Amino acid sequence: MDVLKVKNLSCAFGGLMAVSDLSFEVNKNEILGIIGPNGAGKTTVFNLITGFYLPLKGDIIFKGKNIVGLKPYQITRLGIARTFQNPRLFKKLTVLENVMIATHINYDASLLDSLLLTKRYLLEESKQREKAEELLDFFGLYRRKDEIAENLPYGEQRKLEIARALATGPELLLLDEPAAGMNLSESLELVNLISLIREKFDLTILLIEHHMEVVMNICERIIVLDFGMKIAEGTPEEVKNNPRVIEAYLGKEVKGVIH
Amino acid sequence: MRKNVLVLISLIIVLILAQLSKSLDPYFYQILLFFGINTILAVSLNLINGFTGQFSIGHAGFMAAGGYLSAALSVYQGEKIINYLAFLPKDFAQGLVFFVFVLIGGIFAGLLGILIGIPTLRLKGDYLAIATLGFGEIIRVIIYNMEIVGGPRGFPGIPKYTDITWVAFWSFICILVVYRLIHSSHGRVIISIREDETASEAMGVNTTFYKVFSFSVGAFFAGIAGGLFAHYLMMLHPSSFTFMRSVEILLMIVLGGLGSITGSVFGAFVLTVLPEALRGFAHLRLIIYSLALIIMMLVKPLGLMGNKEVSLYRLIKKFAKDRE
Repeated sequence: MDVLKVKNLSCAFGGLMAVSDLSFEVNKNEILGIIGPNGAGKTTVFNLITGFYLPLKGDIIFKGKNIVGLKPYQITRLGIARTFQNPRLFKKLTVLENVMIATHINYDASLLDSLLLTKRYLLEESKQREKAEELLDFFGLYRRKDEIAENLPYGEQRKLEIARALATGPELLLLDEPAAGMNLSESLELVNLISLIREKFDLTILLIEHHMEVVMNICERIIVLDFGMKIAEGTPEEVKNNPRVIEAYLGKEVKGVIH
Repeated sequence: MRKNVLVLISLIIVLILAQLSKSLDPYFYQILLFFGINTILAVSLNLINGFTGQFSIGHAGFMAAGGYLSAALSVYQGEKIINYLAFLPKDFAQGLVFFVFVLIGGIFAGLLGILIGIPTLRLKGDYLAIATLGFGEIIRVIIYNMEIVGGPRGFPGIPKYTDITWVAFWSFICILVVYRLIHSSHGRVIISIREDETASEAMGVNTTFYKVFSFSVGAFFAGIAGGLFAHYLMMLHPSSFTFMRSVEILLMIVLGGLGSITGSVFGAFVLTVLPEALRGFAHLRLIIYSLALIIMMLVKPLGLMGNKEVSLYRLIKKFAKDRE
């Protein structure tokens, strides 16, 4: 069963086709990797799915509903959460506040409640705090909860961003280069974490990544983009041996030239 | 619940103190009163600029809108309505009418805030500042051409209803509303817009709604301040609401610290008292004023308070800790 279905998606910036005629689907509980050289249009695909860009044409169907044209916040409310290539935390706020803001979707106290400090307000505030603390605990960030987000080490900032995305209660999680800037052991730890959250939160995950050890370890299927077009799709094994993929990454072998 | 009782008690204390301050020297009384009005203006502008991070400099326009509307209601309808309420004690009827008129002025300014906010809040940074400045001026120019409120001649004959107790009451409400708003989930969301609007949107926050909302709450209180201002001076003139007035309010919050309520109160205090203290150096006043600001920006670019709050509770706790 597919959770997300992308059909004939195209997007252009000026004369440049950033994504052209892209179709793929993401099955329930699968981890699908998107790889490709720099500028292949991977992040653009994320921005299209989450509503930050409008496609030129094509459909994006999430759980049977076409979400093209919806605002980013509406798409998040439907159950798609994302992280960013460069962490976009609320830098000056505490770790706990960062996560609490993301749980606002389920906050059920009106402004009047908060002005009058009604019972409902107190209940909602403590519910929100509990949920945020639970998440931070899961990510091993609980002891850091009162620290200012920008003071966290880089790896923990990335984790916090994932925790924050999960706080919106998504079914589909888009991770944009979660291992960027991490060393090998950190990325392998991340691989574990991603499998763990998939189990625990019953997620479907779409992942952009450059670290091949992450992608090959964790993804059940991989899509390869180059110049906005899908050039390959399949299991990690299949993709690794696909001549077009090798060509896109390493260039074409030219016969008869002496180096 | 207990907190609400505490708030009520502190409101009563503030009102009693205000009542007592009526016996002050009229000069100091007036400074105190303007300090109160400026507090409302600064705290409400800080909600827009400091907490939501939307750089607006049209606050004087909203103040004018609320001020003129409530003044016009008092002048043209006040007597009539007070006569209807003849069964009530006269002072009480007057107070009630004044309260309602100021409230209507505020609501009008708030609605105007929504109207102006929806198109302008798509803009960011400098562009937003220029757009709000433009709208502020438009409001002023419209008033300038409205014969019914005197136009360029000014609008005289407004009854003097404002006293320090009313100002204290509204300042208290303004600070309370902004404080409670900021410390709820709605407030955290508003602050997240300041921190990173894109991320906020990705977290499922309807950023347009919250921006327009905080803009209109800010405009509402500016309108209230305008009503209080009008019923104290007993005469309004469009020249009281120029661009310079907006800048003055902006200075208060920049001086006090964007994103600090206590900072805004402090900024309002300094910029109310400083011009009076410098009255002796009339011709040097503006120079000293600007010098003070330049030095301020060099030494403490985040304002006196940064985005921190002075909290009596924390101070006491710290004091108790030091004693141990």
